[in-house]
Amino acid sequence: MSGAACIRRGLFRLANYGMLPVLALLVVMFSVQTITEQHPEGAAAGRTLAAEILRTAVRPRVVAVAQAHDGDTQFVNALVAGLAAGGGEVVATARGDAAEAGRIFASVREPIAAVACTRVTAGWPVVRNAAAAFPALAGAPVMTPPAVRWPQFLMPANIRNIANSISIIAIIAIGMTLVIIAGGIDLSVGSLIALAAVLATLLIRDGITVGPLRLLGGDLAATPMTMVVASVLAVTACGLLGLMSGGLITGFRLPPFIVTLAMMLIARGTAKDLTQSESVYQIPAGYTWLGGQASLWGIPNAVVLMLVLYAAAWVLMHRTVYGRYLYAVGGNAEAARLSGVPVTRVLLVAYFLCGLLAGVGGIVMASRTKSGSATYGEMYELSAIAAVVVGGTSISGGEGSILGTLIGAFIIAVIETGMNLTHVPAERQPIVLGSVILGAVLLDRLKQWAWRRRSGPVDEE
Amino acid sequence: MASASPPLLSMRGIAKSFPGVQALRDVDLDLHRGEVLALLGENGAGKSTLIKILGGAHTPDAGRIVVDGIEARLRSPQQARRTGIAVIHQELNLVPGLTGCENIFLGQERGAWRCVSRAVEAREAEELMRRLGLDVPLHVPCRRLTVAQQQILEIAKALLHEARIIVMDEPTAALTPLETRQLFSIIDDLRSRGLGIIYISHRLEEIFRIADRIVVLRDGTKVGERKVNAVDRPGLIAMMVGRPLTEEFPKREPRIGEPRLVVSGLRRGRAVKGVSLEIRRGEVLALTGLVGSGRTETARLIFGADRPESGTILLDGRPLAGGGPRAAIRHGIALLPEDRKTQGLVLAHSLRDNFGLPNMDWLSTCGFLRRRLERTRFSEYATRLRIRAPATTTLARNLSGGNQQKLVLAKWLARRCEVLLFDEPTRGIDVGARYEIYALINELAAAGKSILLISSDLPEVLGMADRIVVMHEGRVTGEIADARNSDQRQIMELAVRGGEAA
Repeated sequence: MSGAACIRRGLFRLANYGMLPVLALLVVMFSVQTITEQHPEGAAAGRTLAAEILRTAVRPRVVAVAQAHDGDTQFVNALVAGLAAGGGEVVATARGDAAEAGRIFASVREPIAAVACTRVTAGWPVVRNAAAAFPALAGAPVMTPPAVRWPQFLMPANIRNIANSISIIAIIAIGMTLVIIAGGIDLSVGSLIALAAVLATLLIRDGITVGPLRLLGGDLAATPMTMVVASVLAVTACGLLGLMSGGLITGFRLPPFIVTLAMMLIARGTAKDLTQSESVYQIPAGYTWLGGQASLWGIPNAVVLMLVLYAAAWVLMHRTVYGRYLYAVGGNAEAARLSGVPVTRVLLVAYFLCGLLAGVGGIVMASRTKSGSATYGEMYELSAIAAVVVGGTSISGGEGSILGTLIGAFIIAVIETGMNLTHVPAERQPIVLGSVILGAVLLDRLKQWAWRRRSGPVDEE
Repeated sequence: MASASPPLLSMRGIAKSFPGVQALRDVDLDLHRGEVLALLGENGAGKSTLIKILGGAHTPDAGRIVVDGIEARLRSPQQARRTGIAVIHQELNLVPGLTGCENIFLGQERGAWRCVSRAVEAREAEELMRRLGLDVPLHVPCRRLTVAQQQILEIAKALLHEARIIVMDEPTAALTPLETRQLFSIIDDLRSRGLGIIYISHRLEEIFRIADRIVVLRDGTKVGERKVNAVDRPGLIAMMVGRPLTEEFPKREPRIGEPRLVVSGLRRGRAVKGVSLEIRRGEVLALTGLVGSGRTETARLIFGADRPESGTILLDGRPLAGGGPRAAIRHGIALLPEDRKTQGLVLAHSLRDNFGLPNMDWLSTCGFLRRRLERTRFSEYATRLRIRAPATTTLARNLSGGNQQKLVLAKWLARRCEVLLFDEPTRGIDVGARYEIYALINELAAAGKSILLISSDLPEVLGMADRIVVMHEGRVTGEIADARNSDQRQIMELAVRGGEAA
């Protein structure tokens, strides 16, 4: 294949994920709106300051002033390393408060090229007046890490925040995508989040009694194994409830909307009943490993889990027989059945996976908050449906993509955090979000019309 | 005929192009009062586009349309209706839950102050029906009416709108011969009332029965215009396909072997009341009868799409126990359904995906697709069956009827099915593609497969079958062992005589 054809095919693929340009546009928009002076800290600050000092002086000898916390230690280390690489030297370092800085300044005997400070230490009076008070520092400018103009929106912390905040909805949206592509809908996922969180935390706190045996449990002293088993059991329970919805839908030909609406009430009620509407928080701190601050290469664990699940779902939908069957059932169930597709089984698996993934979402939620509550995940089913629809999946089934859903989830999260950063009042944010969902489906429809017109007449006879 | 007076409808130099396709080019067409004009052409010849222009769904790029001496603007279906043009599509546009009367008046309800007066509507509708000499129940929901009755309602609706021109697109596709005769007498009546009718059909014998004049389109241009008595069947076919077709049905030397599929006492509901038949190796068995005689339902029972209440199905002497379509497919039985759009294909999916659907067992390893194998196999079959499509990723809905049918055929051929049940395989398919499908059926039979051919098209039944089984109201009413030496009259007698003949 020639290069041009390759590019054209790539662009075509991209166009399939129609909302990607929209996501890019939103990111650019919020980035431009949130460009501000950003003051680097820690190692990055040390590196840029070293470079700055090396630009103003040859073989500079420098006094560094920093506070005693971790970030500033990294700042000093990077500064020392940076200067050493350029032939400079840090002759003395003050770590601590202003008094310590004064003592260090007093101890310096030889002439100094610059005083290297962080933004905080540069503000200390002893530092500001150092050139006058200490002869060795006469003529030595106080230098701080140069500020850069950079969008607040694109700060790593913010991007992490977006990914983290969307991870739960994005995970349940995977299951929703499966069910919607199969031509159904599942309204129970929000309640299943609460049920999974409640079941897992209750199993960790109290355990269960089977006859004379007391299994799991252990309150704050529960073992990691207990926590894992409790979570797996909670997720499985959600999967089984999903399977039950699927069984009712396929077995009695009931409308999915009604069955899962009922399941939504049942699951929420069960969660409330189990907890007596109180929060279950007596679980070990270690439980926050999944949804808390722990991370892999700087990516929070919940986000890693989300990405792994999306990759797995993509493979399932585009590379396996099950995926092909799923699309066929949603596209035309009768034609699929007459082609030998096990329609009932395909639907059951879809609802089972949807319940299972809602359960996983519930565990992430419980882990993030280190507690279980029957109020978790309210309206999440609607956010998940929104992510699926914004991602370009047809609500009538048979068409759509899992990566579209991920993009859809990110669009929603980007708008929410972007509005927070640009100080859109919280009361007004739902209006914007609603408009964006409408805009997304409108755009998709317009694209389809344009595409149909281009493809010419279809002889219907 | 009133050819001296100015025409009722006059289209001049009509052109319409879609990007990449010149759908119509410089088409002239006249329709006179009291005339039935047959519009013929293969699929893709431009008939649809022309109708859509008349119905206001498409706007022509060039050309003039004059109705009754007045230049007409047909920018929307509403404008077309106001101009007096009514298009009756193949898929009827009635609301199934509303009664006939309500449907007729839909959009122009009678009454005052936005309140519907049912009494006025009922009186007016009954009056209209009486004037037309028709009898259709007006006060039951449309979904309970037959297709023929619904069609009559559509015609009534058109007349209520004071239509002067009625376009009928394949009106007889779903009608029984009796209903077809009824429709023709209605058309005769409309003709005598001075309406102009444009009639589209693939069934040439109907054209000779009902039309006054014939216009043939090919590749978007008008290739011929004849008085109906100035042309014969082979001439018409040659005009449509652009070359003389030496024969309509390709020849085959039947080599018939032992029975493969033996069905006895098959029964389900009111549709199938005890059907027994057998299909032999290398045989084409035609199953015919009127629409509603239970042919399709019988095929669905054999395939396992529906569960029989009683009866046995033996394949090579072994019973085919329940288990639905999956079991039937595993045993090498294929069903090519009557309605390929809703039952044969997933229209929104690509050709390749549709092709792969029943073949997943050998197109995958451990549940993962073997995409390259699928691609190469599909290309082989697409070439062999001459499926004309831009790419393997083209959506099935963008294919013409003939190519869709070939796609359905391709997916079953790839399974090397031994018994193929064809339900109306050539309905709505143009002459050229039809011949190709006949040739394929013959090829399959010659390779020793067993074919069940369900068809209402009697020339097709006589031309293709080795043996003919006729059904009437859920029962087999007769068998014609030597299909080659029988005629249509013989079949029709069995099809309408019902129980007496059994």
